[in-house]
Amino acid sequence: MTALLWTLAKVGAALGFGMNWAAFLGWVERKQSAVMQDRIGANRADILGLRVIGLFHIIADPIKLFTKEDFVPAGVRPAFHAMAPAVSLGFPLLALAAFPYGGTVEFLGRSWSLQPVESPVGLVLVLAMVAMGIHGVVMAGYASNSYYGLLGGLRGASQMIAYEVCLAATLAGALFLYGSLDLAEAVAWQTRMIAGVVPAWGAVLQPVGFVLFLVAGTALTKRTPFDLPEGESEIVGYHVEYSGMKFGMFMMTDLIESVVVACLAATLFLGGWHVPFLPVDAFSALGPMLAGPAMACVMVASFTAKVALVLFVLMQVRWTLPRFRFDQLLDLGWKNILPLALANFLLTAWAVYLAKSWGVSPWR
Amino acid sequence: MTEERLKDGRTAVLLNMGPSHPAMHGVIRLILELEGERVKSTEVEIGYLHRAFEKHAEAEPWNNVVPWTDRLNYVSPLINNVGYCLAVEKLLGVTVPERGQYLRVIASELSRVTDHLTCVAANAMELGAFTVFLYLIKSREVLYQLVDDLCGARVTVSYARVGGVKADLPAGFEAKCRSAFALVRESVRDADRLLTKNRIFMDRVEGTGIISREDAAAYGITGPFLRSTGTPYDVRRAHPYLVYDKLDFEVPVGSRGDNFDRYLVRLAELEASMRIVEQCFERMPDGPASVELSELVKGAVMSDLGKAGRISEIAGKHVLTCPSLEGSCDHGHAGARGGGPSVVLPAKEEVYGSIEGLMNQFEGVMWTWGLKVPAGDAYVPVEGANGELGFHVFSDGGNRPYRVRCRPPCLYIMAALPKLINGGTVADIIATFGSVNMIAGELDR
Repeated sequence: MTALLWTLAKVGAALGFGMNWAAFLGWVERKQSAVMQDRIGANRADILGLRVIGLFHIIADPIKLFTKEDFVPAGVRPAFHAMAPAVSLGFPLLALAAFPYGGTVEFLGRSWSLQPVESPVGLVLVLAMVAMGIHGVVMAGYASNSYYGLLGGLRGASQMIAYEVCLAATLAGALFLYGSLDLAEAVAWQTRMIAGVVPAWGAVLQPVGFVLFLVAGTALTKRTPFDLPEGESEIVGYHVEYSGMKFGMFMMTDLIESVVVACLAATLFLGGWHVPFLPVDAFSALGPMLAGPAMACVMVASFTAKVALVLFVLMQVRWTLPRFRFDQLLDLGWKNILPLALANFLLTAWAVYLAKSWGVSPWR
Repeated sequence: MTEERLKDGRTAVLLNMGPSHPAMHGVIRLILELEGERVKSTEVEIGYLHRAFEKHAEAEPWNNVVPWTDRLNYVSPLINNVGYCLAVEKLLGVTVPERGQYLRVIASELSRVTDHLTCVAANAMELGAFTVFLYLIKSREVLYQLVDDLCGARVTVSYARVGGVKADLPAGFEAKCRSAFALVRESVRDADRLLTKNRIFMDRVEGTGIISREDAAAYGITGPFLRSTGTPYDVRRAHPYLVYDKLDFEVPVGSRGDNFDRYLVRLAELEASMRIVEQCFERMPDGPASVELSELVKGAVMSDLGKAGRISEIAGKHVLTCPSLEGSCDHGHAGARGGGPSVVLPAKEEVYGSIEGLMNQFEGVMWTWGLKVPAGDAYVPVEGANGELGFHVFSDGGNRPYRVRCRPPCLYIMAALPKLINGGTVADIIATFGSVNMIAGELDR
């Protein structure tokens, strides 16, 4: 019973993690782009005259979206039209439950894992959930009774197929090192040190894979330079016939997917919750009641900081680069990223094989 | 959302793009025949911003047409003013003093800079590079403030007048202009760094929207669009007006006639235009900016003096003549013609300070009086930001135009638009249409 409650609490916290990040990213997007573009950015929302650099826009934006008229044009397929935003937003949100937000801590004489869903195939779960989310985009394009929406949906479908494959391929090298699809094990593997000084994080051992992953991951979030399903100045996109919070849910989807990609990057390439040079029993001096929770806080904070770093990079890229054309996007995926990722995977496999056959282990 | 049957019996997917579409500026409509994302054929529908400029001009006194020209290419209104005034002046036989000509060059080139900044910025934004857009628009804003200093308005400028300009440069203009140019150069450099060697941007614009030299000439395309194909035709060079023959400037040309070349030509022209303005500051002589209201002598008196051989007393003086005034019956009037009091309005100090000034002002603005232009017609082309901007003015000798015909540069590019976008993808339309720099104000007039 305790285990079930604990799992439910963790899943709830993971969903909260995602939703809060999405809301916060809405503000970050406006403010970071403003700073990049010599503007002031959102700063008008105030509570009792208090503005706090526009942070209240996190509250104001959803209020606006929820109170807008939810207009459904004539000629749409109503069921699909209503379902699409939920499908689009729901699945990537569920993917967040599979990440290890921290390791295992001792508290009240028990071990508590900080991973909501402890699955031996956690990575597959994440990729599957993200892949499911794209059905929302296709559905929206199909149901909208508009050629613009349809074009957006089609673009989204082929983009996702291309970049799902690429994404898996870019991860293959790192997974071969970790020897597991279990995300908790991947993090545990990365806690070792190379020659005692450099943490054996995926980004250190798999730099090519990491960069390729970031590119393919950005494509998965459907944000500039890969925002072709949306293409605001070309076809307006799959959500052209949506308004109010349904439209807001599509917007949030992109941000949630960014969080998922950032979580994947943090987990598989940046050592997850691992803090280098922090011994496992660092807080034992605080006593049995405090040591566990303190360690849990540090782990979650470390994970969140890494996610924030990746999100910052994604956001910076989004406001710097122009948009690809459709055929160029597919060329990039199938002809460039995929061969490079496979080559990276083969090289890694070869190196691991050599290391094993020579009995060398550069990391301890 | 089904395939539609065309007149020739084929079925096709027809996509209506615009006028309510983010890239169509709300003023143009394309009907595309699609095959997947490929564009098979295009129909361009214009006229959403038709304001009957040419007809309207026939109802207004000569000088009152100047504000309507502001609304032609509203991104570079100063050039339109200058073009129209040059055409009227050609008909009048009036030449603006040299300082006025330099001022008009400065104004024109400022407008060219704002226009090219807007075009490059909007093009970048439509391709997704929103940050570049804001960098360039920020520097355009500084130039707009400069234009505001010059003539009291940012867009509806009406700076040039028949016979001169509204006013000389305000105090401190040169220093402000130089610091504004420093900012423009900085942001253009930023844009250059963010775009010119950016693989994504190059892939989007290189090899798209291609037009050949011959086709461009056949369609009557001029300006940066023509120069991108390698034809170095620039009205400022080919038919120098104002003081352009005294200034050093490059006419940048491209070679392939694609969107990338047009982008590069515009960037190079930005720098060339700024250098022209800087040269103007160095070479500009002192003196009057507009045709002077010289001492006025009655026609009868002037002809008497002339008969008596006292030429030195009437040299440089203007004849006070107005056919509809009582004085027109004076003897000798018919033989005396010249730049009368009504070509330019007197300075406001004169209007409020002296009876002659007040009378001149009234004569200049009164209904059915004012500026009268000899019968005939004149065509003057100027290098607008998009190409050759021509004004063909016709006069029947009255105080308002008989007809004003405007040759808008982007009409001819729009005629070639289907040729540019057919065979490309929907996404290419955005890049190509952006590089056309279609300004509906002058397209639809």
